[in-house]
Amino acid sequence: MARMKFICDAERCIECNGCVTACKNEHEVPWGVNRRRVVTLNDGVPGEKSISVACMHCSDAPCMAVCPVNCFYRTEEGVVLHDKDVCIGCGYCSYACPFGAPQFPSAGTFGVRGKMDKCTFCAGGPEDHGSQAEFEKYGRNRLAEGKLPACAEMCSTKALLAGDGDVVADILRNRVVQRGKGAEVWGWGTAYGTANGGKT
Amino acid sequence: MSPLRAASTASILLAAVALSACGETPQNASAAGVKADRPVYQGVGDSPFVAPGWKAGDRTSWQQELKARAQYGQNDYTRMTP
Repeated sequence: MARMKFICDAERCIECNGCVTACKNEHEVPWGVNRRRVVTLNDGVPGEKSISVACMHCSDAPCMAVCPVNCFYRTEEGVVLHDKDVCIGCGYCSYACPFGAPQFPSAGTFGVRGKMDKCTFCAGGPEDHGSQAEFEKYGRNRLAEGKLPACAEMCSTKALLAGDGDVVADILRNRVVQRGKGAEVWGWGTAYGTANGGKT
Repeated sequence: MSPLRAASTASILLAAVALSACGETPQNASAAGVKADRPVYQGVGDSPFVAPGWKAGDRTSWQQELKARAQYGQNDYTRMTP
């Protein structure tokens, strides 16, 4: 099996924010933390494009490179996860991430920045799969339940694809051939690398 | 204070200072360590939310389940008649 990847098809995304809602609901994400967002380019202009953005679980993740306490790890499926018991909430990962994925809850008494929170590809974290501790820290572990991430499964237009990199790339390739346009996948090169150095 | 008593007190204090580091908890990152994570194909155990059609602990069946789910759920071209 290839590694897990996200693709957002900008030709299909209608900015409904269904993915954002699905994520927040599935993992009971607190106020002020958005693991996933929809970004619209040229908003209001005819031909505007929207894409759904979260942690892309990069092949060579910059967050892993800059973390001073090594709280990140990569699973066998290529999902980048972190251990909240090790994270010190320094925010270095937030500066390093090209997608703005790391989020910091500010529910402390003096608005203190808490431990980092981000998309887990619905794969939980380093606690027992399906345990209450895992749910409270990282959210549901849908991959261990034999499911794909909630955002992609809930996407009404199937703009957001998630799963085995080979499978989702085949799905998009087929679409591009059928409609004859929209091969540009924003963020793909930055996250997973291309021969031309991240430029798609 | 006699010179002998002063010397013994000083040596005790010196030994206490020298040994104090032995009781310190390591603070380097590797000592804290990231907890090990089980592979996801091991499943979540007995849960009503587990998708049917695959066997927990069997990597191949888990992979097939996810591939089938991705194709059926996300590839609408395979569900349309030409």
